[in-house]
Amino acid sequence: MKRRVPLMMVFVVSLFMVVQNFVPLDEWNWIYQFLLDWTMIIGILSLLLGMWSLWKVHTQKIKRKSENYGYSFITLSGLILMLIFGFFPGSGGIENYWYRSFFYYIMVPIQATMFSLLAFFIASAAFRAFRARSVMATLLLLAALVIMVRFVPMGPLSPIVSDAAGWILKVPNLAAKRAIIIGVGLGAVATALKVMLGIERSYLGRD
Amino acid sequence: MNIFVRMANLDRRWIFVFLFLVVSLAYFLRNVTSVPVNTTKEVESIYNFIEGLDPGDKILLALDYDPSSLAELHPMSRAILLHCYRQDVKVVGMTLSQYGAGMVEEVFRNVKSEAERIYGKTVEYGEEYCFLGYRPYPAFVILGMGENFRIFFPRDYYDTPLDDLPIMHRVRNYDDLECVVVIESGTAADMWLVYGSARYNMPLAFGVTGVMAPDYYPYLGNALFGLIGGWKGAAEYEKLLEQEHDANRGMLAQVVAHLVIVLFIVIGNIGYFVSRKKTKIGD
Repeated sequence: MKRRVPLMMVFVVSLFMVVQNFVPLDEWNWIYQFLLDWTMIIGILSLLLGMWSLWKVHTQKIKRKSENYGYSFITLSGLILMLIFGFFPGSGGIENYWYRSFFYYIMVPIQATMFSLLAFFIASAAFRAFRARSVMATLLLLAALVIMVRFVPMGPLSPIVSDAAGWILKVPNLAAKRAIIIGVGLGAVATALKVMLGIERSYLGRD
Repeated sequence: MNIFVRMANLDRRWIFVFLFLVVSLAYFLRNVTSVPVNTTKEVESIYNFIEGLDPGDKILLALDYDPSSLAELHPMSRAILLHCYRQDVKVVGMTLSQYGAGMVEEVFRNVKSEAERIYGKTVEYGEEYCFLGYRPYPAFVILGMGENFRIFFPRDYYDTPLDDLPIMHRVRNYDDLECVVVIESGTAADMWLVYGSARYNMPLAFGVTGVMAPDYYPYLGNALFGLIGGWKGAAEYEKLLEQEHDANRGMLAQVVAHLVIVLFIVIGNIGYFVSRKKTKIGD
């Protein structure tokens, strides 16, 4: 029973979602909207679950004084402070001065810095990876150079580079990408069928 | 160790230092010199689409990026918003990025003031634009908005019921909007294609980071009617709009950074080939 009920629910709901996608009747709209409402409710619950999990992992780290446990203090402080600033009655919610300041003066610079470093790593990786060691490596190198130059203004060379890049993107790239997408799509259909028919049950847990 | 072996195995710290120096130099020269930008069809098609809309038409602008790609994607968000305000096209804004809500709200607020200053128009919240905020689970949000915006967004970012916003009157789902423009730095782009464009068939255009752009070229002309790729794409849009700003000023840094990378690739390959030839002769 413990397993049959969830399996039945998955089968019925997924069958409905498949059928309503291919046979869009107006009468089914309310069921579809009802299910969408449920995804939102489940989503909110999983958010709480995530917060509980984060709390548990980091408090355990602090208790055990695991390696780098100091960072856990920072993580939990961030969580608590943002909750207080955002939710405390009379704090102003998302308009709260500290809530906004923490976001703009801590979160934004941290993320922007991390992404900026990418330019340096890409330069270094490109230097090491793009070596014409074989015919295939040479093709990769040439394609990479054309695409790289395509995304910067090159004056009178721009139309020529743009045409060459366009051909690479719309012919070999398109062919490879479509093959991958079709493969992934078929794989997703197979996995979905396995879940729907109860062959794949790992989402139920071990008990 | 001879010079060619050194060239092939150059310490990456030299690359970092050199790149830093040239980009810094280009940054300081951004107001002194500029790089001419040619426009491309994929950017022009978005510009022409918005240019062809009538005053009062509505579009959905999803700014699905977080602060990490702020520098690259802000200029295209700004350019598209300015263009809409210039054309009196109304903008329904939203984000699917969990870190994006506060940042996107600021974009809307800043561009509103800028549009008022440049075009001398009053851009009012709720009339000319609105911001719905953030909702998790992109696939479900995109599907839900295809039925009714109010399923996932019963209220806007400021907690105002959607029905109290004049801009949202007679807007139920994608059918009531002229197009959807998504400025994207994450995986939600694929969901917009699969769950948005494929199912609801609305006109869809992307503005993405330079790294992501090649991934979405295959969809151009089919699922996508336009694509803005990275800073270069934003610079093209600014040029079309005749509002050259951050993206155009940054083009010099973009050009020199790319040329430096190409230069190092060439150096690495010369070093590799010559040192390999010498080794073979030695054998």
